[in-house]
Amino acid sequence: MSVSSPTRPRRSAKARKERIVFALLSLSALAVVIPVVAVIYFLISRGAPAISWSFLTEMPRHAMREGGILPALVGTFCLMTGTVLFSVPVGVFAAIYLTEYAGQNAFTRLIRLSIVNLAGVPSIVYGLFGFGLFVLFLHFGRSILAGSLTLALMVLPVVITSAEEALLTVPKSFRDASLGLGATKWQTIWRVVLPNSAAGILTGVILGVGRAIGETAPIMFTAAAFYLPRLPRSAFDDCMALPYQLYVLATETFNPSAKMQWGTALVLLMLVLGMSLIAAVIRNRFRRRRAW
Amino acid sequence: MVTATAPEEMTVAMDTTNGNSGLISVSDLSLYYGDFKALKGINIGIDAHAITALIGPSGCGKSTFLRCLNRMNDLIPGVRVEGRITLDGVDILDSSIDVVELRKRVGMVFQQPNPFPKSIFENVAYGPRIHGAGSKTDLEDIVEESLMRAALWDEVKDDLHKSAMMLSGGQQQRLCIARVLAVRPEVVLMDEPCSALDPISTLRIEELMQTLKTDYTIIIVTHNMQQASRVSDFTGFFLMGELVEFDQSSTVFTRPKDKRTEDYVTGRFG
Repeated sequence: MSVSSPTRPRRSAKARKERIVFALLSLSALAVVIPVVAVIYFLISRGAPAISWSFLTEMPRHAMREGGILPALVGTFCLMTGTVLFSVPVGVFAAIYLTEYAGQNAFTRLIRLSIVNLAGVPSIVYGLFGFGLFVLFLHFGRSILAGSLTLALMVLPVVITSAEEALLTVPKSFRDASLGLGATKWQTIWRVVLPNSAAGILTGVILGVGRAIGETAPIMFTAAAFYLPRLPRSAFDDCMALPYQLYVLATETFNPSAKMQWGTALVLLMLVLGMSLIAAVIRNRFRRRRAW
Repeated sequence: MVTATAPEEMTVAMDTTNGNSGLISVSDLSLYYGDFKALKGINIGIDAHAITALIGPSGCGKSTFLRCLNRMNDLIPGVRVEGRITLDGVDILDSSIDVVELRKRVGMVFQQPNPFPKSIFENVAYGPRIHGAGSKTDLEDIVEESLMRAALWDEVKDDLHKSAMMLSGGQQQRLCIARVLAVRPEVVLMDEPCSALDPISTLRIEELMQTLKTDYTIIIVTHNMQQASRVSDFTGFFLMGELVEFDQSSTVFTRPKDKRTEDYVTGRFG
């Protein structure tokens, strides 16, 4: 008794602490789930009735109070394509340079520092930078070209970082085997390293671009049109885009249609989630197939 | 075992008594990893169409030496090499040497079987393809011939387009040998090719080496002294970056001249 009585209160205090910590941790974890479920629930319950074939394929009418979202859908698709076209080659080449060719010196440290800082720049700053450089200085005007370049700059750090990681997963023994057979460094990269890291690179690109097409700020000054009920005809045209249309519908339209708002938001969300899903599928397939 | 192979070794021995008449001649080779001297003034002559084994404890420099012969050490930052290595009289350490050409002539089989995650056919065809092999039928011929030489053809001829990753470890290693042979090298370097294999697969590779030596010069690094005495015509014993002894294998394993070699081959250390 004389031994157990002093330990008893201490033990229950410990147990209480344990319960509190557990509750706190699980609540924090739950806090992540609630917003996601709420966002998806509200978007689907309010947005789904708006979505129809004509909603996706028609021009908007009456200052976006009626009609469809076709121009914004097409515009977002064009911006996405442009972003991929500009960011993938540059990003992958930069990653190849960093992992395969560059040593550890002041120059590569500068590049890595730039990548980290590029990733930390707020998206509105990208928007203004793109406006200054592409729209005004290079005279691309407010265009798909200028918007794509701005978005490409923004996703570049993601593409480079994920491509670097993917390249590093290719075992050294593959490179040794190839070089030992008399392949040049580039042949080794092109025929062995890249094919074996393609899925990883693709995953990174999709995630990066998926993030970028949901952004409003970078395209606000560089590509997006307020209301343009026709399709773009060239890369030098401006275009409507889903995130900017949503922004306009939420803040600048007089007496907006709720159907249009929720519908646009749902389509945008599905697009972004769909891309994440594709990335996840590719990654899992690749992991299962990978034999080393 | 020694007496059974003695006549053959006698004839080989006559070739070597003429000094460095071999295919590969190494003189005063030293190699540094930064400040660390990993190879100390190596002199060795390696005969064509013979199997030369390099033995010694871990970290003695035998693999490093092997990788000098196809300049794979070039890939490691901070490595510096001094001395001369000649192949057919040409200094392969010279900066004007095309390492791509050199590695075509001097192929390499690694410790871990390292097939590419491609089909069996594509693995063997890789070398010929990067060196610009001609038509599809040429390629098919090269692949078949190489797999036959590597004693793998009968096991895989119906599965050429299946993934090489499905083969067993021993088969993968023979595939890697076939992949090297497809480039038509003169010298095949083997860096502990059996250390990841079971005894039966090891035996098959050892038998294969015996048939290959009629067409190729083989240099093998091994931890396994039984293997070295079984398969090789000549043996070099490395210790702490030095080549302590180099002679016919029968001599090295039965009447070594150096006390350190004797201690090592009789299992007193290592």
